[in-house]
Amino acid sequence: MEFFLITLLNSLSYGLLLFMLSSGLTLIFSMMGVLNFAHASFYMLGAYFAYQTGLVFGFWPALFLAPILVGIVGAITERYGLRKVHQFGHVAELLFTFGLAYVIEEVVHLIWGRAPVDYRIPESLNFTLFTLFNTQYPAYRAFMMLVSIGMLISLFLVLTKTRIGMIVQASLTHPDMVQALGHNVPRVFMFVFAGGCALAGLAGVLGGNLFITEPGMAFAVGSIVFVVVVLGGMGSLVGAFIASLLIGSIQTFSVALDLSFLDLMIGLGVTIDPDSNWYGGLSITISQMAPVLPYLLMVLMLIVRPRGLMGTREG
Amino acid sequence: MSDALTKARLLLWGGAAFLFLLLPLVFSGGFSLSMLSQMGIMVIFALSYNMLLGQTGLLSFGHAVYFGLAAFVTAHAINFVEVGALGLPISLMPLVGGMTGLFFSLILGFVTTRRPGTPFAMISLGIAEMVAASALMFTTFFGGEGGIVTNRTAGGVNWGISYGPQIQVYYLIAVWCFVSMVLMFAITRTPLGRIANAVRDNPERAQFVGYNPTRVRWIMMSLAGFFAGIAGALATINYEIITAEALGLMASGNVVLMAFIGGIGQFWGPIIGAVLVTWLQSALSNFTQAWLLYFGLLFLLIILFSPGGISNLVTIHLPAWRAGVVKRLMPSYGYALLTGGLTLIGVIGVIELLYRGALFVGVHAVIPWIASGLMILIGGFFLRRAIRAVRQVWDDLSPELARWS
Repeated sequence: MEFFLITLLNSLSYGLLLFMLSSGLTLIFSMMGVLNFAHASFYMLGAYFAYQTGLVFGFWPALFLAPILVGIVGAITERYGLRKVHQFGHVAELLFTFGLAYVIEEVVHLIWGRAPVDYRIPESLNFTLFTLFNTQYPAYRAFMMLVSIGMLISLFLVLTKTRIGMIVQASLTHPDMVQALGHNVPRVFMFVFAGGCALAGLAGVLGGNLFITEPGMAFAVGSIVFVVVVLGGMGSLVGAFIASLLIGSIQTFSVALDLSFLDLMIGLGVTIDPDSNWYGGLSITISQMAPVLPYLLMVLMLIVRPRGLMGTREG
Repeated sequence: MSDALTKARLLLWGGAAFLFLLLPLVFSGGFSLSMLSQMGIMVIFALSYNMLLGQTGLLSFGHAVYFGLAAFVTAHAINFVEVGALGLPISLMPLVGGMTGLFFSLILGFVTTRRPGTPFAMISLGIAEMVAASALMFTTFFGGEGGIVTNRTAGGVNWGISYGPQIQVYYLIAVWCFVSMVLMFAITRTPLGRIANAVRDNPERAQFVGYNPTRVRWIMMSLAGFFAGIAGALATINYEIITAEALGLMASGNVVLMAFIGGIGQFWGPIIGAVLVTWLQSALSNFTQAWLLYFGLLFLLIILFSPGGISNLVTIHLPAWRAGVVKRLMPSYGYALLTGGLTLIGVIGVIELLYRGALFVGVHAVIPWIASGLMILIGGFFLRRAIRAVRQVWDDLSPELARWS
C-alpha cells in the first residue's frame, strides 16, 4: 500500500511534467502541422537557463526568467528558421527542427560542458512535506505538481475564455479566415511556437533539478514525449493529457517492480533449468524492461488503433 | 530514352567502376584505405536511405536499426563460420546481412508504413528507440557494452583471399558497393520505382490509378532495409566489432544528414553526401572538438538555403552552363565567397573560443573575441548584400535560361 501510494504520487508528478512538454508540442503541431523535434531541446535549455540565471538571481526569479528566455529563443527559431523553411514543405521543416536539436545539444556542450551541471532544488523547498507510513514525501515534488496544475488550468482558461485564445483556436482551424478578419496569423503562429517552447522551458526548470541537468537529457525525454503524442493522438490535447499520465505511471511503476517471468513461473511451480537458452530471456525483470515498455505500447497502439487514443485524423 | 543517353550512362557507370579500382592505388596509405572502405559502406547506406526519403517520401529516423541488426546477425554468422557450424564464404556475408535487413524491415515496416508523413517519422524514431533499448537488455545477442567481436579471416584462404589485409576488404566493399549502386539505380527505373515516386508526390492519385500506397511504401521500405543490411554486414567485416551504438539514434541521424547534405532529389546526391560527411567526420574530428556543431550548422544552412542539397546546387547550374553564361555569375559568387569566408572565420573563432572555456574563465582573450565579433558583423553585413547581388544576377539571367532548362 505504501509502495503503491508513493509510486502513484511520483507517477502523477512525472506525468504532469510530461504533459507540460507534450501540450506545447501538440499545440504547435495542430497549429503549424510541424512536429517540433527540437521540443525536448527547449526543455533542456529551460533547465540550463534556470541553472545559469539561478546562480545570479536565485531560484524564484529563475522560475519566471528561464521560460521567458526559452520562449524568446523559440520565437527567433520560428521567425528566422521555420517560417523560411515552410515554403519547402513539411519534410524540410521536420528536418530543420531535427538539425536544430543537434545544434542546441552541441551549443550546450560548448557553453556548459559535457558533464552534468549542479542545478539543485532550492533550499526553501528542500524539506519533507509529509510522511506516508514510513516514506517521506519531498515538498519539491508537491510544488512541481502544484505549478503544473496551475499551468494547465491557466492554459485551459487562456485558450477557451479569452480573446487571445479565441484567435489562437480559430487560427488552428481557419487560418485564412482569421487572416481575412485582420489578424496577423504568422505572428499568432510565432507566439504559439514561443508559448509552446516556454512551456517546455518551464518543464525544464522544474524537471532539471529533480532529475539531472546534462546534455543528454533532451534525447532521453524527447522520444518519450513523441510516444506520448502518438499514443494520445496527434493534435489532441485531451489525448496528450491521458497519455502523459499513462506513460508517467508505466515508467514509474515498471522501474520499481523487480519481478520477472521467471518469478511468475516459479510461483506457478514450473522449474526452468538455469543452463537452458530461455533462462536469460525469462530472468529479465520488469524494471529491466522499463525503457522498452513505452515504445512497445506505442507499437501496439499503432497496430490496434493507428490514430491514437483521441486522435481524429489518420495521417 | 535516346541512344546517346544510354551510352553516356554506360560511360558513367564504367567510370565509377574504374574509380573504385583506381582509388586505393592513389590513396594507398592505411588511413586513407580504411576511410575509403568506410565511405563505400556509407554510400550503400545513404543510397538505401534515399530509397525511403528521396523516392518514397518517407522521412525515417530509424534506418540504422536495419543496418545495426544486420551487422549483429552477420557478426554471429561469422563466429559460426569460425567454429565450423556454418559453411559460408565471408565474401557472401553481405547477403546474410541483406536478408536480415529485409526480414526486419518487412516486419517493422508493416507496422510503421501504415501512416505516412509526420507520424511515420515519429514512429520510426520510436521503433529505433525501442530496438536501441532492447539492445542493452538482451546482452547475449548484442554483447552489452562491449559489443560482439568477430574475426573476418574466419573463412580461411580462398583463391588467395584471406581478408587479412585491408586492401582485400576494400575491394570486397567496392564490389558490393558497385553492385548495390547498380541495383538501386535500376530500381528507380522500374515501374515500382516510378509508382513510389507517385506515392511520394500524390498518394491519393496513385490510389486512384489502382495502387495501394501503403503497400508500395512497405515494399520500398523492405528493399531499403535489404540494402541497409548489406551495408551493415560490410561494416561488421570491416571493423570486426559491432556495438549497440551502430543501431542507435546517432547512427540513424547520421544517415539523414548524409542523404540530405548530398541532396535527396538526385540519385547521386547521397553518394556525394556519404563521401563528404565521412571525410568531414574523420578530418574535422582530428582538428576540433566542435566538429559536430559545425556539422549541425552545415545541415541547417543547407536546409535554409539549398534544400536540395549539394547535388541540387550542381543541377541548377546546368542550364547556365549550357547557355554559356556561367561567367556572368562569377563576380557575384566571388563577392559572396569572400564575405561568406570572412563571416565563417568569425563564427569559427567564436565557437573555438567558447570551446576553450573563454566565456566564464576570464578576459585574457579580449582581442580574439573582438576580432571574431568584428569579422561576423562586417562579413555578415556584406554577405547579405552579396546574397542579394547573386539573386539579382539570377533574376537577370532567368529569361535567357528559360530556353535551356
